[in-house]
Amino acid sequence: MTAPGSAGKIEVRGLRFYYGTFEALRGVDLAIPDRSVTAIIGPSGCGKSTLLRVFNRIYALYPGQRAHGTVLMDGTDILDDAVDVTRLRARVGMVFQKPTPFPMSIYDNIAFGMRLYERLGRADMDERVESALRKAGLWAEVKDKLRQSGLSLSGGQQQRLCIARAIAVRPEVILLDEPASALDPVSASHIENLVCELRRDYCIVIVTHNLQQAARTSDYTAFMFLGELVEFGHTDLVFTRPRDPRTQQYVTGRFG
Amino acid sequence: MRPRPRLPSRPPLRLTMRRARNAVAIALASAATAIALAFLAAVLWALVARGAAALDLDVFLRSTPPPGAAGGLANALTGSLLLTAAAILAAAPLGILAGTYLAEIGPASPLARSARFVNDLLLSAPSIVVGLFVYQAMVVPAGHFSGWAGAAALAVIALPIIVHTTENTLGLVPDTLREAAAALGAPRWKAVVAVTWRAASQGILTGVLLAVARISGETAPLLFTALNNQFWSANLNRPLANLPVVIFQFAMSPYDDWRDLAWAGALLITAAVLALNILARLAAGRRREAP
Amino acid sequence: MDIEEAVSRTGKGTFEARARAHRAADGGFSRLTAAAAALVLVLLGGVVAALVAGAAPALGRFGGGFLTSISWNPVTGQFGALPALAGTLITSAIAMLVAVPLSFGVTFFLTELCPHRLRRPIGTAIELLAAIPSIIYGIWGLFVLVPLMQAHVEPVLTRLLGPLPLIGALFQGAPYGIGLLTAGLVLAGMVLPYAATVMCDAFEQVPAAFRESAYALGCTRLEVVRAVVIPYSRRSIVGGVMLGLGRALGETMAVTFVIGNAHRLSASLLAPGTTIAATLANEFTEASGGLYTSALLALGLVLLGISLAVLATAKLMLRRDTPAGGRPR
Repeated sequence: MTAPGSAGKIEVRGLRFYYGTFEALRGVDLAIPDRSVTAIIGPSGCGKSTLLRVFNRIYALYPGQRAHGTVLMDGTDILDDAVDVTRLRARVGMVFQKPTPFPMSIYDNIAFGMRLYERLGRADMDERVESALRKAGLWAEVKDKLRQSGLSLSGGQQQRLCIARAIAVRPEVILLDEPASALDPVSASHIENLVCELRRDYCIVIVTHNLQQAARTSDYTAFMFLGELVEFGHTDLVFTRPRDPRTQQYVTGRFG
Repeated sequence: MRPRPRLPSRPPLRLTMRRARNAVAIALASAATAIALAFLAAVLWALVARGAAALDLDVFLRSTPPPGAAGGLANALTGSLLLTAAAILAAAPLGILAGTYLAEIGPASPLARSARFVNDLLLSAPSIVVGLFVYQAMVVPAGHFSGWAGAAALAVIALPIIVHTTENTLGLVPDTLREAAAALGAPRWKAVVAVTWRAASQGILTGVLLAVARISGETAPLLFTALNNQFWSANLNRPLANLPVVIFQFAMSPYDDWRDLAWAGALLITAAVLALNILARLAAGRRREAP
Repeated sequence: MDIEEAVSRTGKGTFEARARAHRAADGGFSRLTAAAAALVLVLLGGVVAALVAGAAPALGRFGGGFLTSISWNPVTGQFGALPALAGTLITSAIAMLVAVPLSFGVTFFLTELCPHRLRRPIGTAIELLAAIPSIIYGIWGLFVLVPLMQAHVEPVLTRLLGPLPLIGALFQGAPYGIGLLTAGLVLAGMVLPYAATVMCDAFEQVPAAFRESAYALGCTRLEVVRAVVIPYSRRSIVGGVMLGLGRALGETMAVTFVIGNAHRLSASLLAPGTTIAATLANEFTEASGGLYTSALLALGLVLLGISLAVLATAKLMLRRDTPAGGRPR
């Protein structure tokens, strides 16, 4: 399915995914537009996180998890064995459900990804760290304690640190896997605002089971059910005039 | 017609028996615990009473004496420190790397399965046999006993401990942290070295400390490797005095001076080992407070 | 924006070179850790090979008779393992007979009876008992336990149990203090904390719901342990006992001090004897090389074989589940 009037940054064709012998994605077709926020919603176990984890091939860390089909990112099939996954992941940032600060200083958390592929001078590095923290709305809170451990921050701050860390490597795509579900409401709304601010610069894909969050933050919404993509379109249309009865039932809270 | 059952004024015999049996079991279990604690107390008391009496400054400053003369344990203490340090310097990096393979690189590979099993065997294998192995592998070819051989034997004892704790500790690091590192484009070695090891550093340190504690009291593997040396020496190429072997020889001797020194040495070793264990617990405890 | 653009922004050369270096380093790191893991296998292989090679002359000379001969005479060059082998098995048997019920009692106490605030200190004390080096048990046994056994325990045993039929033979002879019984008791003290720790872990694995439902039926504590906890953790208990046995068989220093180092078979547990480990500790450096040394290495090989068999059984009973597909490669 293609969103009306947009070229796809990521184009998924006939994607099937297996955990061992269990088929978690049963032929998904989808084109995700650039410079916008796409939300993937659906009940637990519908395959929404699985789909997200294909986009940076993070699933390949685990033996027994396989993807078949085609996923084009700017026209290149990222499922091709010849693709260097570390380079792919340097282009595609990811933020997880629980904050994952590394056991090192706030500064080093941000610098970690940059140091992997770039040789930056002291001043450049400082500047990039500051700009990443500013974009993530964390600079004011941490500018005086950049040398402190990333673990010393609160949960919401840790999650913004992880977003800053992802932004710092200048990715084109940012994947967010239920980024606010483990946070308190205030921190969660922080993250939502942040997503809205970042939408013009990146292709953002967010998985959430919070329908209000999807409605508030996203331009496009994909509804998945039992490993299939049921409906995809502009968020307001999906929520107000769903075409499929299953989508209607889900967005009106009948199940899930 | 049977009489209607009355509520018994006393518990029925069966219940009384059950309660009695339970009471006996509780008494026996408490007694067993008391025996175990009394045993620990008896050992510690003997150590403190007889070791402290023999402990003075000379113990640290003078070398082991001939029978009947005054002396100390300075050469044995130096030797033990050297042996332990050399053994740990070899065993810690190798053990951490091997544990990393078992936990991170190829946990389900045939190499990992067999290495895990063999490591568990080595963990409890008789230490005196390790001494025989190093004797055959190092002392015979070299033609003489040496500190290096003793250090190698201790390293063989320490290695499985470090492998085991490293693997277990790395297993406690949440997968999300590995995923987060990979998601930034980090190659696996970088993710392991900069993120996973760091997250597990307290636990790995605990393992190394426990290994130090274990080998600092090991005697059997040193008997035919480092042997002993009556004089102060820091030369690992020659036979090297060490606390456990000196304790063994002096305690089995008929001379009171030597026996006193053996007790002093026993107290020192036990104090060091218990202190290392407590340190290891503190290191492990701090880990629990972190994420 | 396409990947080539992104790359050119930061300098294509750097990015490519870094990616290549990372790939090379990844391969190197994997091989390094694999080599370290393989070292573990090599070590055990080396131990076995060194002992087999060293034992070959003696085993070639005496053959299977090495295990069944009771003579051990360096002067005449006659070497038989039976006294040391029997001593090893007997002292370990005594140790297990004493330590298993005791460690079971300690486990029962710690997991079911102990007031909560005493649990940690007592548990820690038991673990410290396991941390004390074996040479300390040896010296304690020699200077504290041996005089006690000689003066008080052994005469009483001889008087009370000596006249009995069958088992009376076990308690004959002069009270030396040193001997198989004393060695077995010191070993028991060493084994107790190991076995208790493994059993405690096993008991704590039992889901609370099982335990609680048994209590809800009105079971006494003993009945809960017998009906629920033991059946649930039977394998681990046996594994823990085997692990303790493995330690007892190979223990050197705790035994060497108090066994008497006598190569003879005696019906009495009060008589001096020897074990394989104690023989090695006492005689190896004095052995003149040649057949004597080879016979000692053959003893070591026998000990290694028994220990590995027992420990492997223990490991199979306590098998750690190998990580399934859930962990990253």
